[in-house]
Amino acid sequence: MTVYFDSENECRSRDRLRVLQSERLRGAVERAYAHVPLYRKKFDEAGLKPADIRSIDDIGRLPFTVKDDFREQYPFGMFAVPMDQIVRIHASSGTTGKPTVVGYTREDIDMWSVCCARLLANGGGTPQDVLQVAYGYGLFTGGLGLHYGGEKLGAAVIPMSGGNTKKQLMLMKDFGTTLLACTPSYALQVAEVAAEEGIDIRSLKLKAGFFGAEPWTEAMRRQIEDRLHIKALDIYGLSEVIGPGVAGECLVQQGLHVFEDHFYPEVIDPATGKPVPAGQSGELVFTCLTKQAIPLIRYRTRDISRMIEEPCGCGRTFRRIERLSGRTDDMLIIRGVNVFPSQIESVLMKIEGVEPNYLIVVDRTGILADIEVKVEVSERLFSDEVKQLEALRHRIADEMRSMLSLSAKVTLVEPKSLERAAGKVQRVVFIDPKP
Amino acid sequence: MKLKQISLFMENRTGRLADVARTLGEAGINIRALSLADTSDFGILRLIVNDVDGALRALRAKGHTVILTEVIAVEVGDQPGGLAHVLGVLEQAGLNVEYMYAFVEKATDKAVVVFRFENIDLALNALTKAGVSVLPAATVYSL
Repeated sequence: MTVYFDSENECRSRDRLRVLQSERLRGAVERAYAHVPLYRKKFDEAGLKPADIRSIDDIGRLPFTVKDDFREQYPFGMFAVPMDQIVRIHASSGTTGKPTVVGYTREDIDMWSVCCARLLANGGGTPQDVLQVAYGYGLFTGGLGLHYGGEKLGAAVIPMSGGNTKKQLMLMKDFGTTLLACTPSYALQVAEVAAEEGIDIRSLKLKAGFFGAEPWTEAMRRQIEDRLHIKALDIYGLSEVIGPGVAGECLVQQGLHVFEDHFYPEVIDPATGKPVPAGQSGELVFTCLTKQAIPLIRYRTRDISRMIEEPCGCGRTFRRIERLSGRTDDMLIIRGVNVFPSQIESVLMKIEGVEPNYLIVVDRTGILADIEVKVEVSERLFSDEVKQLEALRHRIADEMRSMLSLSAKVTLVEPKSLERAAGKVQRVVFIDPKP
Repeated sequence: MKLKQISLFMENRTGRLADVARTLGEAGINIRALSLADTSDFGILRLIVNDVDGALRALRAKGHTVILTEVIAVEVGDQPGGLAHVLGVLEQAGLNVEYMYAFVEKATDKAVVVFRFENIDLALNALTKAGVSVLPAATVYSL
């Protein structure tokens, strides 16, 4: 039987949910207009008054918010409340330009904790569990988000943060960790180090993992599940919206339930900004219905997914989004072919023995971009004979051609020659012409 | 009669071979024979060493991709036609040589050649039947 953290909210009828969403949207729009000059300007330019928004069906009339808005309003221009009501500030890494800054009121932190507790309960988490949080703690929302969610659930939380894999394994063993939260690539690193250290994964009590903060694939899920003997669950979130806890998979593992009593999802065509037909993929857009510190209206995430409208077997009525298939700005255009790095990964993972470690190098120095895929050769994949390794290379190149219509140069490289970090992994590098 | 050969995957870039040689040197491993097959991007280094397990441990500890393959070492008359004779035996038996390379040192007045076959047992059979001397592993490791 499914155990819900918050059944009243998670299993509400769709009709009653829409009433709640409409009421909450009206509140969010009023707060945004009254307290955030940027929104007053956007609304005025669109000739829109808060009173024009009567129900959730009117959401399409509202202007979008984009990442650049956060940059221009740096640091606190997006905040709708005075600093005495802010109890927490997080910020994105900001690899280009200023970081994206977000604030939380006490109420926001409580709502966020509930959403992260739901994530954990979605994957079978209960107060009896021991949760090891191996997301980074700090300005990044991953560590503290899951931490508060674990406490809200009533689990015992180990705030291990990222890195130091041997110690992670020691704690898993000694503290009887049952739930693990980290990036999917770090989960594979944990499995790798466990193998190197001769630790029998079966002797651990791990039962489920909550993986997000970077794109991953079904094939990678199977690898993690096989190597760590756990249920690997996909979780989704972004700091502008709240952090982790926007959506998460249940044990059915067919899409991520969006906690749409707080975050209203839409899918739009990134080129036109218009909603896509039901069930088609496009750019995810979220409106924060309840957030106090930053009443975010129609935030364009640049993440590509699609809505699954059909009810889920778990009984939760929240609609699901499909596993992310890329980012609007990750899309590579190689000789007229549009391809996402995640599609290349899917092709690689279908080939027996290929490690999920690869690097895509896009060379833009010529008139047309060229793509090279560097694949790590594991001992399982390695053959003593040149012709077999060449055959492997050709097979990968052929699969790319037939599955993705992509002409890629495939290079075999030594294991661990590609950079791997405890945090996010760089999967694509660009070689640009010198100015 | 079968020898354990270490095969190592190597990227075709400066210093990789030196790294391997250094790793083995530091572990006190002596290389008896080697061959390098290379393509434009990668190479496969094949090694016969005096201490197979020690070499495997040392190389894996440095993160190299290594596997063990079975080969045989054959004594070949060190005179014109010596190799042709052995290859003739294999040809008669219809056996394909995947690759081969020669030892620098000699056990006797004969040259030593390492062979890799698709079917090592058939090859062993054919060679011994034809009176070709196949060297025992222990002899080769300590050459």
